[in-house]
Amino acid sequence: MKEKIRIASGQGFWGDLIDAPYHQVTKGDVDYLVMDYLAEVTMSILQKQKNKNPELGYAKDIPPLMERILPVCKEKNIKVITNGGGVNPEGCANAILEIAERLNLNVKVAVVLGDNIKDQIDEIISSGCELNNMETGESINLVKDKLLSANVYFGAFPIVKALQNGADIVITGRTTDTGLTLAPMIYEFGWKDNDYDLLSAGTVAGHILECGGQASGGNLLADWESVENLAEIGFPIAEAYPNGEVIITKHENLGGKVSFETVAEQLLYEIGDPKNYITPDCVADFTSIQLEDLGNNRVRVFNVKGFKETDSYKVSCSYQYGFSAIGNLTYSWPQAVTKAKAADKILRKRLENLNLTFDEIRTEIVGYDSCHGPLSKKINEDDVNEVVLRIAVRSRDYNSVERFGKEIAPLILTGPPSVTGFAGGRPRPSDVVAYWPALIPKNLVKPQVKIMEA
Amino acid sequence: MKIRLLDIAHGRSGDKGDAANVGIIAYDDKGYQIIKNHLTEERVKRHFEGICLGKVERFELPNLRALNFMLHNTLGGGGTISLKHDAQGKTLAAALLRMELEIEE
Repeated sequence: MKEKIRIASGQGFWGDLIDAPYHQVTKGDVDYLVMDYLAEVTMSILQKQKNKNPELGYAKDIPPLMERILPVCKEKNIKVITNGGGVNPEGCANAILEIAERLNLNVKVAVVLGDNIKDQIDEIISSGCELNNMETGESINLVKDKLLSANVYFGAFPIVKALQNGADIVITGRTTDTGLTLAPMIYEFGWKDNDYDLLSAGTVAGHILECGGQASGGNLLADWESVENLAEIGFPIAEAYPNGEVIITKHENLGGKVSFETVAEQLLYEIGDPKNYITPDCVADFTSIQLEDLGNNRVRVFNVKGFKETDSYKVSCSYQYGFSAIGNLTYSWPQAVTKAKAADKILRKRLENLNLTFDEIRTEIVGYDSCHGPLSKKINEDDVNEVVLRIAVRSRDYNSVERFGKEIAPLILTGPPSVTGFAGGRPRPSDVVAYWPALIPKNLVKPQVKIMEA
Repeated sequence: MKIRLLDIAHGRSGDKGDAANVGIIAYDDKGYQIIKNHLTEERVKRHFEGICLGKVERFELPNLRALNFMLHNTLGGGGTISLKHDAQGKTLAAALLRMELEIEE
């Protein structure tokens, strides 16, 4: 058994710093590179891409990235784990194998399948699982005909199986962000599926790594100006030990910072009840976590406790809801705010006269109070240099949203003065894809692992 | 004595559906006692009047000198439905740090 392994976070979301994974594998020693690409709505975007071209449906950033890092990973024996397979892990694996062949590298790619249940929804419902919305309790029948994607969140164990089968690269569909980091610890240290404290320790490490640079100095509220060289930020690395202790660190020759504050802020990010952090692998108790700032960008994470996993997987469905568009106009001093409000009133009157239908029209004044609303500091209007009027609409009716887009530019010549910032043409309606969270008994779905070789 | 929450604590916020989670972390143990005593669910709900339209739930993490608040019905529908400029509640931790507290010297 290895005495320790170093797991590097390479991406916090699809669209994150493109060079981060390359730096993680080249600027120092790591054993694993883990990359999270999937946000809740990402699956629906990928599903649409796959509908147009059956070879797509995965994070398209992955093949060019692999082209850059494969030779290094092969040479240094770094394994890569990512959920960027989206709705087509096999397509992603094929693209990687093609590259490997071209580079004359022999790599073993494993895919995790079985999370995509979109085509089995009726079967699942008829077996007694209602897939009710876990937030609102509503029946899935409300949206069943509009479903764009439906995926089960798998945990670490299918990835562990892939590693046991000798995979150099593991490509999954919908896997929890935390499972990507936990899996190599289970595999390397031989943890069992009932070692709940250890599984929770790995899950906590996964939570710290899952948003990339947000644990190593990015988006830091505590003395953010103290963070050096954000331009070349080093993403976090979890140095894991068999007893469940983890040291969060980063490559020395990259920027950013790892401290009690950077790790604590990330631990608090997007959590609910800290005593019940539920994953498919375990239930971690975030109130048990101890942090020790060792200095030199090293923070020890220890004493993590946890409990048995639940009987259900979470399911994430997405469905076509309607359309939205956003219009922006900039008003300058004098009376910038008053002008923006007057323009909003004129626009709303015009929309009303057109008999359009909207679920909601929301007006915000950026540069004045759009972030903190009524908590914003009251400013004398004469001290305001300029504001951006931001008007957003949402509707089930495409035509209403499209027509809204045509009513923004006319305000420049037919509304209050000193207005600018209308570039880029009319706001176009974009699809609003809504999210439907549900639960499914674990025995109704089975993860499959498939090895693919060139 | 009047103090600003910003001077004794930091934090991070994000979205969970239509709820925002706001984590507040005190810089030291004394600060944790202050936030633990002053940042009640009622006080935080009052602070976010007009922003948080649902209930406020509070969870304690003494191990991190932290409190986690769930602000329900806060993000204009949440996710992709929301038309808010800050649809994910990313700036709400800073909004809570605006709070001023009256504490004993």
